[in-house]
This record gives sequence, structure tokens and C-alpha cells, in this order.
Amino acid sequence: MNTPFAIEVDKLTKRFGDFIAVNAITFKVKKGEIFGFLGANGAGKTTAIKMLIGLSKPTEGMGKIAGFNVDTEPEKIKKNIGYMSQKFSLYDDLTVVENIQFYGGIYGLSRKKIKEKTTEILEELELTEVSKSLVISLPLGWKQRLAFAISMVHDPEIVFLDEPTGGVDPRVRRQFWETIYQVAEKGRTVFVTTHYMDEAEYCDRVSIMVAGKIEALDTPHNLKQQFEATSMDEVFLKLAR
Amino acid sequence: MFKIFKAFVKKELYHIIRDKRTLIILFGIPIVQVLLFGYAVSTEFKDASIDVLDYAKDETSIQLIQHIQSSGHFTLNKVLTSEADIESGFKEGNVALVMVIPKDFSSDFYGNNPLTIQLIADGSDPNKANTLVQYTTRLIQSFQKNKLQQIENPFLITVEDRMLYNPQLISAYNFIPGTIAFILLIISAMLTSLAITREKELGTMEILLVSPLPPLLIILGKVTPYALLSFIDAILVLIIGHFVFKVPLLGSLILLLLCCLLYVILALSLGIFISTKAKTQQQAMLTSMMGLMLPTMILSGFIFPFSSMPQVLQVIGSIVVPATYFIEILKAVMLRGVGFQSVVIEIAILLGMTIVLLALALKNFKIRLE
Amino acid sequence: MNILAYIIQKEFIQIIRNKAILPMMTVLPIVQLIVLSNAASNEVKNVNVVVVDMDQSESSRTLNHKIIANDRITLVATSFNTNEAYFYLQENTSDIVIEIPPNFENDYINGKQPKIQLLVNATNGQQAIVGSGYLKAIVASFNAKLIQKVIPDISISKQSNTTISSRYWYNPELKYTHFMAPGILAQLTALLTIILSAMNVVREREVGTIEQINVTPLKKWQFILGKLIPFLCIGLVLFTVGIIASKLIFNIPILGNLLLLFGYTTLNIIAVLGLGLLISNFADTQQQAIFIAFFFIIIFVLMSGLFTPIDSMPKWAQQLTIGNPLAHFISVSRKVLMKGSGFWNIRFEFLYTFILAFIFNGLAVWSYKKQV
Repeated sequence: MNTPFAIEVDKLTKRFGDFIAVNAITFKVKKGEIFGFLGANGAGKTTAIKMLIGLSKPTEGMGKIAGFNVDTEPEKIKKNIGYMSQKFSLYDDLTVVENIQFYGGIYGLSRKKIKEKTTEILEELELTEVSKSLVISLPLGWKQRLAFAISMVHDPEIVFLDEPTGGVDPRVRRQFWETIYQVAEKGRTVFVTTHYMDEAEYCDRVSIMVAGKIEALDTPHNLKQQFEATSMDEVFLKLAR
Repeated sequence: MFKIFKAFVKKELYHIIRDKRTLIILFGIPIVQVLLFGYAVSTEFKDASIDVLDYAKDETSIQLIQHIQSSGHFTLNKVLTSEADIESGFKEGNVALVMVIPKDFSSDFYGNNPLTIQLIADGSDPNKANTLVQYTTRLIQSFQKNKLQQIENPFLITVEDRMLYNPQLISAYNFIPGTIAFILLIISAMLTSLAITREKELGTMEILLVSPLPPLLIILGKVTPYALLSFIDAILVLIIGHFVFKVPLLGSLILLLLCCLLYVILALSLGIFISTKAKTQQQAMLTSMMGLMLPTMILSGFIFPFSSMPQVLQVIGSIVVPATYFIEILKAVMLRGVGFQSVVIEIAILLGMTIVLLALALKNFKIRLE
Repeated sequence: MNILAYIIQKEFIQIIRNKAILPMMTVLPIVQLIVLSNAASNEVKNVNVVVVDMDQSESSRTLNHKIIANDRITLVATSFNTNEAYFYLQENTSDIVIEIPPNFENDYINGKQPKIQLLVNATNGQQAIVGSGYLKAIVASFNAKLIQKVIPDISISKQSNTTISSRYWYNPELKYTHFMAPGILAQLTALLTIILSAMNVVREREVGTIEQINVTPLKKWQFILGKLIPFLCIGLVLFTVGIIASKLIFNIPILGNLLLLFGYTTLNIIAVLGLGLLISNFADTQQQAIFIAFFFIIIFVLMSGLFTPIDSMPKWAQQLTIGNPLAHFISVSRKVLMKGSGFWNIRFEFLYTFILAFIFNGLAVWSYKKQV
């Protein structure tokens, strides 16, 4: 892999019958970048992200994740990415440790590695005390951070986060973003969708999707200048109008 | 209030009607079941295959075998040569009866010497074994009568039986009422319990409960469309039964439909009750399927005669299995053409069960809210 | 291989932790097995009759007594009027009305062959046929005695020289529980495993966890196998407990090789689970899954030979049962347990079940799509 890009997308399109959910989007994400993928609900964010992680086949266009083709090599991509969905799919009826072990297990980590990872995650997230509690009993903010940690249990190059901070208060969101920075500092690429415009400010670059198309793509600073806005919120309103 | 309620029922109805797969199943199951029962399932034994161990191999033994074959009840599988061969047919399961004809059959038969024809039946299926032995015995006796030209006994009491209400003993007459009772109970109970637990699992139940409608109306709103669909199901099965399988409808149609409606409401109440107990769809499912399916089939008198059950089970069957009464009502109204006063007890019991179930459901429901 | 162990471990933890489901998988089926095996019987133990004696002679009264004395017959009422007796049929309080005609005794003595009429309530099929059979037998034996009594020295015909002896192998006392318990057990096992497997994958889809699994490099077969094995274990445990319970309570015969039976059971459960997973793949919601599963279960049960014999179905329907795993399961458990059939005797069941298992599971793996 000698390209400086973790994600390269060229005219990627998804159609459901006559409806075009994602309309020829094109962008590149550099390694180690925090890339914000913004858009209103129903703009096509989730469909786009599903194509990138190999859950959905693109109708047209090309996409490369970690150097692998999204259309033909989805299984290779899966070894190199982590994914945390809106529903952050933890098993409610398993304990914290059991969840970590299960996902570590199906990524094919060795027993020793799983043990290491388990202590590491428990300590980092300060979950050691509740390690044997069922996930269902944890507060939402803890579940989110645990889901995030678990999505990276196999040390992937790229992490996809689909609306990771839905439904929690600003303080917890702030905490979550600190974790994202830590991850990016370690050289991982973070691809994050959100509809909180304040979060967009934390990203290195953002794209804004409207009705299946990417309407703007730049650093938050440049976008604000371009649209003569004081906040990302304004930028978004001007675009979506 | 009524307007909101109507809107709510409409919303539920749309939900159901949009779900094509569920609809197909909802109407497909009863149709397939009735057709299967009507066409394929029968308790009569036709063409049973038998082996014959013929030690005699003379003219008379061959005539006897032919006589038995020509009756239409039996087909000859194999003529065996030694006793050791008997068991293999049983073990394979393709023969249910072996007739053993003794040596010197011809001469003993006509020479008035005592002789024994042995019938060995596979007793693993007691009903079949019994019936086949009876058939064969009768055939051997008629063979004897023909060949020996026995004189008719002048001092004979003849017994004539008249099968009332079902002169040709058509099995559909028995199965159609049972099928209606069975299918309505399971489908209605399953549908409601699933629909309600589903909302619980998805968390939408809470949203509904904080709406201005009182909880009872919400539940009613959820259940009304299912009541409608189940009732249509009942009518569908009745139509097939009447027009395809010619099950008569001697009594009042209105009485019959009212009873169907009462039964549907009872089944839905059962569903509501299950859903107040169950937390997940899986749980509701297992309860209504594992818990209701076999007991309804077996304890209601649908397949096995009610009086054959041990006393204790008859009591259980009559206390907790509503299908028992509904089958009775259906048979009474459809086949015997009786009026309201003859089924009033059954109707009262069904009504009582409905009230008890609803009361229990309501009680559980309230506790949950507090 | 290691990966598989993790999935299996996870499924087991989830199953055992679910306190509400656990008793339904263990206690409920066993209770049903015990209760229902007792109830499922075609033996008619009680027939309610009304006697209309229009003769009121000594003979008719003797016949009357004979009928009442039979322990399978209960006299509900006596009446002098057929129309009144008819009412009992109408109300379903009586199964049969026996009508002894006027001049019964006189006609008999004069060789005029009097006719007794049975009005049978045929709305309960089995009861009707068997009940009238009982009464005919009683009348016949009454007739035989009467001949000797009324005309002692008559020799109508020579005594029949042929005796017909009947023997019932494998179940000399013709116990219904021996026949029903293995069948009901097979049915419960199949029912439970198909419900569990049909709901499982859909549930993960509804909750959303399946998406997380789909973004892992997990192979399709690992996923399907990881789901199959825990349910297979549950099915086998249920079947084992059921066999033990049937042995202890009903003393069912175990003539055949248990290893053979368990080998077949394993194959059969795999086939049924494959079908369950297949259904699960095609359903969007648990509700749909369960309805599809229910649809199959109904057909399987009705055409399994559990309640009504397969032999008496029309040919086309008999051929359809080849695709019914439950029919094979019931047939094998009855054959092996009651008759001690060996592998060669159940080779067809093995073959058909193997083909079904292959088709169902093949389709389940094929139709499970990690990618849409």
C-alpha cells in the first residue's frame, strides 16, 4: 500500500429501483485523518457507509478501502476496518468481558491476545468494576465507548463510526471525541458520520451530503469562509435550504 | 375519543395489510390446513399391506388369499416361506399384519378337522393392529361361509345401525370443526401476543402508553384489526368446509357466526394475557406455540375421542382448553342443527373464560404500569 | 476452528442466561410429553347410550341388563319413545340410542328375525363406529345364549371348525402410550428446535447485532455452524430427557440400538435446524419468521403419521411425506424403540433425511448474505 490514502472513492452510486440513494460521490481520505461525513437524516449517509464497509454492493463506481476494492474484495476490507453502527451492536445479555471476548474471538485473535485486549480496554475505559455486569445495565455513554473500543479490538487501520454519539448529553459527547483524537493520534483513520454540527468542528475535513450528493468538502475552517458563515451549523443550513 | 380510537385502529390495520408475507401466511395456513385435512388425512385403513405365511400352498389357501386381496382393504406384499421371515416386514415397517395358514389347510378345512389360522399383527400401532385384525377376521369368516355354504341361522337378531348427522361417516365432518377451533385459537393468540410484545421490545409501547388514550383502549385498538382478520379466517374455513367438503350447515348461520366471534375474542384475550406475561417476542412465541398447539390438538377431542382420556385429563381438557367447547358448539350447530338453548352452557363457559382472561390481563397490565 | 468455539460459547451463554426461555425448553416439553401421551388414545373407553325398550319382555330386559353391565357403556336414560330419545342425541348427551322393537321376544321365538336399531350420533366419528361395534358384539353374544336357552336342542349348523387366533407383536397389551410417547417426543423436539432456530437470526437482525457480525471477516459457514451446534445440543438433551422420562413413567420398550437412534436424531435435528435457519434468512421480522415456521410445522405435524396413519393417505400425499423430516423422525423412533429395527430397516429414512439436511443447510448457507 503505497498510496497516502486510506479511502478512495470515485463516482460511487447506489440505486434502489428508481431511487438514487447515493449519487456518484467522489472523495479521498488521507491516512490518519479524522473525516466527518455530514448530512441530514435520509441524505444517504448510512447507505454510503454500508458500501464502504462491504455490507452493501455499489450499483456503479469504484471504491478502495485500505487498498482493496469495495465491490470485489469486501472480505479483505473487513480484516482492516472497524465499524460501530448507530445501534452499536453489543449483546445486551452478555457481560462486558463476554462481549469483548466474543468479538475478539470472531476476528480470530489468539487467546492470549484477547486476554491482553480485554485488560487493556477495561483499564482504558475504567470499566474494570463492571466487567462482569450485563451490558444492558450500563449507561448509554459507557455502552458507546465500549462499542467503540470493541470495534477496534483487532487493531484496524480505519474505523467507521455511524452516528456514534446519538442520544447522550454534550459532556459525554465531548469525552467520546477525546477518545477519537487518541485513536487518530495512533495513526488510525477515523471516518465518522454525524448530524451534530458542533462535532463537525472537531474533524480535520468534512463533507456535506444533500440528497445523495456531496455538496461540499473541505476543512471546517475553509467551509465557513466559503459560505461566509460563523459556524458549521450555518454552513449546513445554507446548503440544505 | 372515539375518533382517536378509530384512527388508531386504522393505523394498525394499515400496518398489517402492508406486511404481505404475514397476510399470505395468515390466510394461507388455514386454507392449506383445511384442504390437507380434507383430502389427505383420514383415519380409515385402505390398502394395508400384508404378508402371508402359507404352509399349505394348496388350492384353498390360494383362494383364501385371493378372497382377502379382493376385499380392497389389503394388498399382498409377499408370500413368506418360513417363520423367520415374519419379522423383517414389521421391522422395515412396510407390513402391518401377517396371516399364517396352517399345513393341510384344504383337507382340514373341508374335512371338518379343527384348524387355526393365526393373525400376527404389528402391535406398535395399536389402533391399526386392532382394526386390521378385525377386518381380516371378518374376511376369513365370510370366506368360510361361502365355501362351506353354512345355513343361515333362522333365530338371528339383526342389528341395523343408522349413522345420524353423518351417514357416510365423512371424516371432514369431524375435522372441519376441529380445524376451525384449532387454527383460530393459535393464530389469534399468536398474532396478538406477538404484536404487543413486539411493541414492548421496540420500545414503542411506552410511547403509546403516554398518549392521551387510556391503556385499555390502546390494547383494544391493537387487537381489533386482528379480531377482524381472524374472523375473516373463520369464515374462509367455513366456506371451504361447506362448499368443498360439503359439511352441512343445518343450524342458524347467525348463531354460528356469533359463536365464532365470541371464540375469536376469547383467543385474542388469551393472546393479550400471554403478552402481559412475556417480555420478548421469543417468549410469547414459545408460550403460544409450545404451550397451545399440542394441548389444543390432543385435549380438545379434536383428534382423539374425549372419553378415551383418563379422568384427570378430561377435567383439565374441559377447564383449560376452550377449543373443547367451541368444537362442541360447531358440531351442534352445523351438523345437528340445534338452536341457541342447546349450546347455551358452552357459550356461557366461553364467555366466562374470556372475562377471566381479560381481567387477569388487565391486572397484569396495571401492575406493569405502576 | 477457534472462531467457531467463540460463537458457540456466546450462543450458550445467551441461552442459559435467558431465564424465561429456559423452562420452556426443558420443563414444558417434558410435562407435555407426559400429559399428552396419556391423553392420545383411540381406544373408546366410554359410550353413552339411551335404551328405548318397546317390547318390555323378559328377553328385552335381559338384553338391557347385559348392555348396562358392560363397563364401557354408560346408560344415560331409558325411554319408551324414539322421539324423546332422539333429543339426547341432539343434545350430545348420548352417543347411541338402542331401539328394541315391539314384539321382539315373540318375533324371535317364531324365527322372524327381529331387528334392533341403533341410532348413532356420528358427529364423533371414532366414538360412533367403535361404540356401535361394542353393541353389536353384545347383541351377538346375547343371541348365542338365547338360542341355547329358547331352543336348547336345535342344531342349526355344525360348530365352526376354524379358529382365528390373533397375536400382537411388540405391544401385546396394545398400549397406546408406547405408540404415542416416542412420536410426541419426536414432535416436541422438532417443534422446539425449529422455533428456536427460525427466530434466532432474525432476532439478531432486528436488534442490529448481525450488522456488526457482517463487518467481521467471519465466514458464512462458521456463522451457520455456530448457530446450529448449540441448538443441536439443546435438541439432543431434550430428546434424551424425554426418552428417560418415557422409560420411567410409561415403561416404553427400548428394543433397538440407542446409538443408532441418537445418530439418526442428530441427523434429523440438523435437517430441521437447517430449515429453521433458512426461514430466518428469508424473514425480516421475528413475526414473519414465526408464521412461516408455523406454516411448515402445521403441515409437518398433520402429515407426519403421528395422529393419523400415513398408509391411509392418498398416494400423492404419501409421496409428499418424503419431504417431511418429522414423518421420518417419528417413524424411526417408533421402529427402533418398539421393534428394534436396525440400520438396514431405516435406511430410507436415513437417506431422505440426509438429503433434506443437505438441501436445507445448503440453502441456508447460500441464502445468508453478508452483503446486500
